[in-house]
Amino acid sequence: MMEITEGSHAVAEAVRLCRPQVVSAYPITPQTHIVEALADFVANGKLDAEYINVENEFSALSACVGASAAGSRTYSATTSQGLALMFEVCFNAAGMRLPIVMSIANRALGAPLSIWNDMQDSISLRDAGWLQFYAEDNQEATDLHYIAYRVSEDRKVLLPSFVCFDGFILSHTYEPVDMLTQEDVDKYLPKFNPPERLDAADPVSFGMYATPEYYLEFRYEHDKALKDAREVIAKAGKEFAALFGRDYSAMVEGYKLEDAETVIVAMGSICGTIKDSIDEMRAEGKKVGLLRIRVFRPFPSEDITKFIKSATHVKRIAVLDKNISLGAKGATAIEVKDALYGSTVPVWNYILGLGGRDVRKKDIKEIVVLAEKGQGDQFYGLRKEVL
Amino acid sequence: MALAVGCRARPGKARDNKTGSWRVFKPIFDHEKCSKCGMCQTLCPEGCIHEDTEGTFIPDYNYCKGCGICAEECPKEAITMKQEEK
Repeated sequence: MMEITEGSHAVAEAVRLCRPQVVSAYPITPQTHIVEALADFVANGKLDAEYINVENEFSALSACVGASAAGSRTYSATTSQGLALMFEVCFNAAGMRLPIVMSIANRALGAPLSIWNDMQDSISLRDAGWLQFYAEDNQEATDLHYIAYRVSEDRKVLLPSFVCFDGFILSHTYEPVDMLTQEDVDKYLPKFNPPERLDAADPVSFGMYATPEYYLEFRYEHDKALKDAREVIAKAGKEFAALFGRDYSAMVEGYKLEDAETVIVAMGSICGTIKDSIDEMRAEGKKVGLLRIRVFRPFPSEDITKFIKSATHVKRIAVLDKNISLGAKGATAIEVKDALYGSTVPVWNYILGLGGRDVRKKDIKEIVVLAEKGQGDQFYGLRKEVL
Repeated sequence: MALAVGCRARPGKARDNKTGSWRVFKPIFDHEKCSKCGMCQTLCPEGCIHEDTEGTFIPDYNYCKGCGICAEECPKEAITMKQEEK
């Protein structure tokens, strides 16, 4: 049923429909509305779950690790400094192969302190071994939670997932969202049935010690499971499309790429703005297209290669990063360049929108002009007067 | 040993980790000098020194990390640390 609802509330409702048995989270702007809504659901009997109040994010995710190991479907949500505090637990949850799903309302990392949006938080955890989904709008932010549980809990994967959506820009915006019913979600998402769980009657430990003779192989298996998730995502996306009509089977989405001379690569809500500016640029005769990355981990190298490497019409690529690996480049640009190694098409990187700086259609058009002139690998929109 | 997903393990599995491979110096026990006081067994942090039926103390080199505490504490100086060639 179509509802006009705030992004956070739509996500909380989707999580409720996934029937998590344990929710543990610590409120932090701009994620707060999600966990407040879930606490209400539990208190009002609309969600039959344990809501574990904790003193900080480290404890929140640690509680989820225990609950997931004990065989419960488990949920958390955080952002920015909260995610930074979870750093260690993130690696443990993934290494123990626990399919926790966590929403990230993307926010900048301090210092300097900022509560506003960019993607530095989840991007900084790209090596933690979690799947990372990035939503463009609230419909997708909502639907990706069903997909994330389905993929994470698949026995071929058994890895946790971040479902990322831009803080404030999506989390606090009212949009029409087609909400599934409990019956719909029950049809799509089977009960969580892990291969092994904590049980006092039959003791087992998770994430034990690996000597140098074994550690390398554990990491190999972890990496393989994350890469194998590509097929599982495709299958889970196709089944979702068959049931509900929205297709998330591809890890990337193309927009007007067929004859594009300039290809913009980006993630998240900025892609809505990019699509609108592409329509306007095309009306003026500029052949511009968008390659949107929906799944950043596992990284869709092959999909990017398929779209761009074989296309002779592509003259340049502009990668827009709302993050920066300081001292290097934006994370997306680095990985896109790696995927396109050997191609002669120039890949230009633009760091923009950090700490909530607004990105508008005119900015996208200016970036396309810069890329056409061969000017890139730079911060876009710097206020030179304050430097 | 095949890998268990998520490095899961049943109780007692730690015995599979033969920590003896960490050792650089190996304790050599001279049973002639030994007074069978048991100090080495009491102080061994790895718990790898066992008393046999005749009251003789024997280290398990599969797990002895070569810390040298037994040699340091032995009142009879019956234990000497010898560098191992591997």
